[in-house]
Amino acid sequence: MKWPAMGYARVESLDELWHALETGGADAQIIAGGQSLLATLAFRLSEPSTLIDITRIAALKGIAVRDGVLSIGALERHVDIGRSEVVRVAAPMLAEAVPLIAHPAIRNRGTLGGSLALADPAAEYPACAVALGATVVIASRKGMRRVSAEDFFRGLFETALEPGEIVAALEVPVAKASSRQAILEVTRRSGDYAMAGLACALEMARDGRVESARLVYFGVGTKPISAVGTAAKLVGAPLGGETIAAAVATLDAELDPPTDLHGGPDFKRQLARVLTTRALNRCLTSLEQAA
Amino acid sequence: MNHRIEVTLTVNGERVTRSVEARRHLIDFLRLDLGLTGSHTGCEHGVCGACTVMVDGDAVRGCLVLAASLDGAKVETIEGLSDSGVIRDLQDAFVARNAAQCGFCTPGMLVSAADLLAHHRHADRAEIREHLSGNYCRCTGYQAIVDAVEDVVRARAGEAAR
Repeated sequence: MKWPAMGYARVESLDELWHALETGGADAQIIAGGQSLLATLAFRLSEPSTLIDITRIAALKGIAVRDGVLSIGALERHVDIGRSEVVRVAAPMLAEAVPLIAHPAIRNRGTLGGSLALADPAAEYPACAVALGATVVIASRKGMRRVSAEDFFRGLFETALEPGEIVAALEVPVAKASSRQAILEVTRRSGDYAMAGLACALEMARDGRVESARLVYFGVGTKPISAVGTAAKLVGAPLGGETIAAAVATLDAELDPPTDLHGGPDFKRQLARVLTTRALNRCLTSLEQAA
Repeated sequence: MNHRIEVTLTVNGERVTRSVEARRHLIDFLRLDLGLTGSHTGCEHGVCGACTVMVDGDAVRGCLVLAASLDGAKVETIEGLSDSGVIRDLQDAFVARNAAQCGFCTPGMLVSAADLLAHHRHADRAEIREHLSGNYCRCTGYQAIVDAVEDVVRARAGEAAR
């Protein structure tokens, strides 16, 4: 249906934003790309008093690498991230995630910051952020603070953001030659939210053993789920068929997927196991090719 | 905070200034305020793609764009793309391949296909399908649509090679 009656304010700077948030009241809502928010208005799932349009704030844009850290401004759109050579080299997982997000017309508007702030449990970026050991840069009138992605996502559509705060950027440690990253998901139709997905990041030691591993699942819980025990099974061993099978065998106990419209816990665990095998085999193939 | 916003933008090369309600989305703005009814209102929540138009050169869902946010923007609709002739070959291919049945999805399909041709000049069938996967044809005439787009990809690639 049509959107509810509401106000609109465009802000051009962070100072204007803080002022707009302070005068806008509790029901004022920040809008960036709007690709989730505006759909919720059509369903009348949200009725903001005012939309505060931040898309012209230059301070929230830009993609750059400094001192081994890739920084992506919150307003960078999915399409910008997907086309960025800097991102492709520094965080291949993020570049790989882009084609999995909705459809081209949505990716032309939707933003990284919007996806992180919404914290949809089936979305790709939140899981990537956790798997990559990224840091969310949060801005408010009081200044900046940094929260690890792991701590940022609290629960279903729930983040560490306090009233008056926004996501300003995501900081990602730059991938090394010894890094292997993969993101995979299962969807019924291209562009749908994942029934289950996995963001997988490995660091390899010089002797071919896994030095560290992060396996972060999406669409199987209320937030990105890091399978710490399964990842630990990989560490210290060379990546291979046996290691992968041993890790996958521990996965069921780490996931407690709620039933959703796609299926129940057993189905989701099955998908997660398949994704884990596929993702780790992809990393293995990439290691063999590099050797 | 204002419920009505004045915006000045370019629509199909023409400069327009209007006062719009904050709750107005781009497609209602085009259809109801400007009388440009070529862009279709489908699901109105970003799923079907019937309302796909160009904003600043990018294909977008018109139902997921605030008209109020478009001050200074360049919007192109099927009317403008038709008049300028930039997608003439695509439209001819849609006719030749019978890629429009009821025609409701066609304007959005053409805009998405134009976006594909701009960014993936050598797209194969799988890539065409992927790029158009957010545009629904409820007549399910997808084969003919993909055929038409594939014809144009090949024809344009052939011309570029010459």
